Amino acid sequence: MFAGFGGQGVVTAGYITGQAAAVYDDRECSFTRVYGPEARGSACYSGVVVDEEEIDYPYLLNPEIMVIMSQEAYEKFLSKLADGGLLIIDSSIVRLDERAEKYKRYNVPATQIAEKMGARVVANVVMLGFVGRIWRGVSVDGLRESVKATVPTRHLDLNLRAFERGIELAEKAIESAPA
Amino acid sequence: MREAVQTGRHFWYGNIAIAEGAIAAGCRFFAGYPITPASEIAEHVSRRFPEIGGMFVQFEDELASIAAILGASWAGAKSMTATSGPGFSLMQENIGLGIMMEVPTVIVNVQRGGPSTGLPTLTAQGDVMQTKWGSHGPYEIIALSPDSPQEAFNVTIRCFNLAEKYRVPVVLLTSETVGHSAGKVVVPPEDAIEIVERKKPKVPVGEYAPYKPDEDLIPPMACAGEGYAFTTTGLTHNEKGYPDTTAETQEKLIRRLNDKIRSHLGDIVDVTEENMEDADIAVVSYGQVSRPAKKAVEMARENGIKAGSIKLTTIWPFAEHIIHKWAKQVEYFIVPELNYGQIYLEVKREAAGEAKTLLIPRMGGELITPTEIYNEIERMSKR
Repeated sequence: MFAGFGGQGVVTAGYITGQAAAVYDDRECSFTRVYGPEARGSACYSGVVVDEEEIDYPYLLNPEIMVIMSQEAYEKFLSKLADGGLLIIDSSIVRLDERAEKYKRYNVPATQIAEKMGARVVANVVMLGFVGRIWRGVSVDGLRESVKATVPTRHLDLNLRAFERGIELAEKAIESAPA
Repeated sequence: MREAVQTGRHFWYGNIAIAEGAIAAGCRFFAGYPITPASEIAEHVSRRFPEIGGMFVQFEDELASIAAILGASWAGAKSMTATSGPGFSLMQENIGLGIMMEVPTVIVNVQRGGPSTGLPTLTAQGDVMQTKWGSHGPYEIIALSPDSPQEAFNVTIRCFNLAEKYRVPVVLLTSETVGHSAGKVVVPPEDAIEIVERKKPKVPVGEYAPYKPDEDLIPPMACAGEGYAFTTTGLTHNEKGYPDTTAETQEKLIRRLNDKIRSHLGDIVDVTEENMEDADIAVVSYGQVSRPAKKAVEMARENGIKAGSIKLTTIWPFAEHIIHKWAKQVEYFIVPELNYGQIYLEVKREAAGEAKTLLIPRMGGELITPTEIYNEIERMSKR
């Protein structure tokens, strides 16, 4: 699940992930998104279900990995995360509390990193790089191809740099806290 | 410029898969009026048609849209519209005209919560009976329902093929769930897609009667500009197409309009039966509910319960022979659907007291989960 506030690209991040799994990794996949007014401004999310077999249920029921990019989304959606799930937060925005303690956590200052790269809007792509390296549901190469296929050409270079930066952060996180 | 058939692997929303399926089937005329959750179909068609020589018209409303697709079909085009509940209600009168004039066309209804404007952005299966009985008069119609974006692509092509073959408006009865979820869609090479075209008259121009059926009860269809002169009307008509409002003509015509569908159940009805060989409990489902239903049956089997699933891809005409057959074997039919009991009534009718029928209704706009269906299977298995 990618959750945040409308405009952060959580729907786009989910779509890119789903496309990577379906088209480039050739796995079964279902992508759904919040639809309607809540997709702008307030807390919203998109969900990706990936499997080797036909998808039984198109919506996310017990997400095993959750990327949270706003405090409101944290308050609203954290309880959906499955026990033992993986919680990735944008640590430049979200403050954790004791509810997060039961999950395996990663802090990624995605928005701060994106701002340093010159565009806050690529924070979601930093997260994609991180997710690609951490999560078994999708391959890094598939995600990279999917980013290329989705992002407008004039912004591609920036997005690919943001993506690689996300992978680097994940490598460091894995080294410092082995699973 | 992209090709008409997008051979390859895609990540498409169900609504996009429907638009691409229509294009692959040869649809080159679309008329419609935007409505949530169906608008993406029109939007996608309007982008794609200029690349392949199709005509897209956004009309002033749904009444004009359905009239236009009937007219386009008479002009020889494969035509389609896409709407949701409120628009589908508006189209009912001319759906009857299409049935009476025997016009091949495809009407997509991406179901949302109703009645009235209801729940525009959430899912439902509330228009099943409306699809069968929404227009006036005794008629048969064909309606198909897909369970995923991939099936939406395949089933859309089949809708066009059935419309052409049986000279009848075909309803693609899908839903917000399928329309607004994206998944992998594999499009085969163009030459691997079976396409059916309407039967053309073989008689000399002067001998053509537009409503004179062949042995299969379906009359060959001449279109405007092909040299044949003919009339057509919504009034009761004779084989020449002239109004003839006598009891005898009406009896004969209405019987044929119904029988041309009823006598081809085996060809039209598409059903997937799984784990049914020794089943005591059968879950009957259609559309997006078929996926969780199938999973629920797998869960039951893992727990030693003899459950099976019957998935109806063709909703109308109803798969009565299939239900009738299994009613002799199973003790229970369980029908999960996103309404307050519609296909449930058909199953119950065909079970005819030989098996009990249980409804799992859901109307809140959410899809029933595999666990919810499994719980009912388990409960029934202990009775």
